[in-house]
Amino acid sequence: MIKIRNIHKSYTNGQNNLHVLKGIDLDIETGEMISIMGPSGSGKSTLLNIFGILDNYDEGDYFLDGKKIHNLNERKAALLRNRMLGFVFQSFNLVSFKNAMENVALPLYYQKIPRRKRNRIAMEYLEKLGLKDWAHHLPSELSGGQKQRVAIARALITQPKVILADEPTGALDSVTSQEMMDLLTQINKTGITMIIVTHELDIARRTQKTIRIIDGSIKEIVENEVRSTKYEDRTQVRSNVIASEAKQTKHELEIKSENQKYEKVA
Amino acid sequence: MFELDKWQEIYSTIQKNKLRTFLTGFAVAWGIFMLIILLGSGKGLENGVTDQFRGGANNGIWISSGMTSKEFKGLQAGRIIRFTNDDYNLLKESVRDHEYMSSRMFLGNTITSYKNEYGSFYLSPCHPDYGKIKEVEMIQGRFLNILDINEFRKVAVIGEKVKQDLFKGTDTVAMGEYININGVLFKVIGIFRDFGRDDNEQRRIYIPISTGQRVFSGQNVISQISMTTGDAAVEQVDQMVEQTRELLARKHTFDTKDERAVFIWNKSEDFRKFQGLFMGIRLFIWIVGIGTIIAGIVGVSNIMMISVKERTKEIGVRKALGATPFSIVSLILREAIVITGFAGYIGLVLGIGVLEIISRNLPEIEFFRSPEANFSIAVGATILLIVAGTLAGLFPARKAAKIKPIEALRDE
Repeated sequence: MIKIRNIHKSYTNGQNNLHVLKGIDLDIETGEMISIMGPSGSGKSTLLNIFGILDNYDEGDYFLDGKKIHNLNERKAALLRNRMLGFVFQSFNLVSFKNAMENVALPLYYQKIPRRKRNRIAMEYLEKLGLKDWAHHLPSELSGGQKQRVAIARALITQPKVILADEPTGALDSVTSQEMMDLLTQINKTGITMIIVTHELDIARRTQKTIRIIDGSIKEIVENEVRSTKYEDRTQVRSNVIASEAKQTKHELEIKSENQKYEKVA
Repeated sequence: MFELDKWQEIYSTIQKNKLRTFLTGFAVAWGIFMLIILLGSGKGLENGVTDQFRGGANNGIWISSGMTSKEFKGLQAGRIIRFTNDDYNLLKESVRDHEYMSSRMFLGNTITSYKNEYGSFYLSPCHPDYGKIKEVEMIQGRFLNILDINEFRKVAVIGEKVKQDLFKGTDTVAMGEYININGVLFKVIGIFRDFGRDDNEQRRIYIPISTGQRVFSGQNVISQISMTTGDAAVEQVDQMVEQTRELLARKHTFDTKDERAVFIWNKSEDFRKFQGLFMGIRLFIWIVGIGTIIAGIVGVSNIMMISVKERTKEIGVRKALGATPFSIVSLILREAIVITGFAGYIGLVLGIGVLEIISRNLPEIEFFRSPEANFSIAVGATILLIVAGTLAGLFPARKAAKIKPIEALRDE
C-alpha cells in the first residue's frame, strides 16, 4: 500500500538547514497496522505528513497504492487526501462550531455529496461507534474519548485505504486509550491500513510492527506479538463495529465506485 | 454557489463572533449610508439650482437693448439703443441657425377687468414662438399664431392665475370671453401654465406683438428679442451670439466690444457652467464616499484577517480532509461579501429612508430641494458593495489558502 524509497527531507530555517529525514525505506502492506515510535524531533511526524500528502519530500520516491506521489499541486493533493486517506489527530481537531454529525460529514461535503445524504451517512457511522445519541452535540459537550471517536468516524466516512493517526491516544487516559486501540484494531481488521505515530510503548505494542525512528533514520523494526487483548470483549464499541462489518451499506458501494472513477481520472 | 450548505457555513462562523461581525458591518453600513446621504444632498443642491433655471428653454438667448458706453465713429457714448421690428426681422433672416425667435414689448402691470373683477397683470405682447421659448404649457385653447400677428387680432392668452382671479370659481368658462385690458377688449383664446418658479409668471397676459404695438404704443418699438438655438453645438451657439452682436452693432452703429449697448444673455452657457460644477460636485462626493467605504473595507479585511488567523487550525483540518484551496478561498470571500453586502444594504436603505424624510419635511429653500438617491445611484452603490466585499475578502482568503495543514495541525 505504501512504499517509500530513500526519502530525504530537510527544513530550512534561516541559515540553519535541518535534515529531518535521512533516507528512509519502508514498505507497508495493505491491511497492515503499524506504529511509528521515536523521540521528539526524530522525524516521525514529518514522515506521517509525507504519507498524508501534507508535506513534500526532497528526494526519493513515495508510492501510495502504486501511484507515485511527488510535488502534486494543492488541488490534486486535496482530492487524494479526501479519497485515499483518513486522519486522526492527538487533539481531535473537530470543527468547534459544528456538531458531531456535521463534523463527521465534513469530508463528504468536499466530495460534493448533498447535505441530507451525507448527514445520513454520518449518522450511520456515529451509530457504529456508539455515538448516535451524541450526534447533535457540539465537540465542547463531548468527552475526550467521544471526541476521538467522532474524529475516527470522520476519518472512516470516505472509506479510505489508509488511516494515519498522529498520537491518537495522546490526550486520553489509559482506559480510554485502550478502548481507542480496540477500536482502531477492529477498523484495521476491515482491511484498512493503519499507521499510528505514538510515543507510548503499550500503544505501539498493540500494532503488528513498530518502526523506531531516531535522528531521521529507521533504527529498528520490531515485530510485535499482537496480544489478544483482554479489553476486547469489554467494549460496546467493538461489538458495534463487528456488527456493522457484515452490513456493507449501499452508500459505501457508491463511495467505492466514486473512488474508482476518481482513480481512473487520476 | 448559493447552496444552503455554504450559507450555513457562513451563518455558523458569524454566529461565533456576533459582536465583532456587527461592528465590522457597522463600518460598512456607515460608509454606504454617508455616501447615499452625500449623493442625495448633492442631488438636492443640483435640483435646487436647476430649479432656478426653470421657466424658459435652457438653450435660450435673450437680447435686450441698453445704452452705449463707448464712443464710436464720432458718436458719443450714452446713446440709448432702441430695438424696432426691423431688428427682429434682421435677426430672423440673418441668424440662420436659430430654432424659435420672438420679440417682446415690456408694458408692465396693466389693469385688466372682466365684468366686475379687476386685477393688475403683467402684459406682454410677443410673437407666437415666445410660447416655445418660455416653454409654457397650454391647459386650454391655443397660444398665439401667425394670423393673430398678421391680422392685428385682439386676442389674449392668459395665465392660470389670471383666469382664477378674473373668472371666479372653478367651473366658469373663460375661453371666448372678452377681457378689458386698459380700456381695450381682448378675446381669451387660451389659458397657459408656466413652470417658472415664480407665481408672477402665472399672472401674465400674452397678446400679439403687432396688436400691442398698434393699440398701446403706436410705434414699432420692441424691448427684447429672444431665441432658442435648437440642438446647436456649443461653438455654434457662441457663433450665433457673436453674429447677433455684430449685426446689431452695424445697424445701430456701436462698437462690438461695447458690452453695455446690447445685453446678450446666453442661458445655455450659464447652464453649462452649472452642469460642469455639478459634475465636479458629484465627482467630489464619490471620492469622499468611496474613501469612507474604503475605511469600512479595511475594517472588514482586518477582521477577516484575524478570523483567518483564529481559524488556522480549522482551515488546516479542512485541508487535511480534502478541502481544495479554491474551496477555502471561496469560503472566506463569500463571508466577506455577505458581511459587506448585507451591512451595506442596510446602510443603503437607511440612507434612502433618511433622504426621503428630509425631502418630505424640507421647507422651501432656494438652491436646495428634494434631495434624492435615484435608481442609478442605488445600482452603483450595489456594484460598489460587491466589489468592496470581494476586495475585503481577497487578502484574508489568500492568506487562508496559503495555510499549510502541517503547520496548522501542529500541537503547540
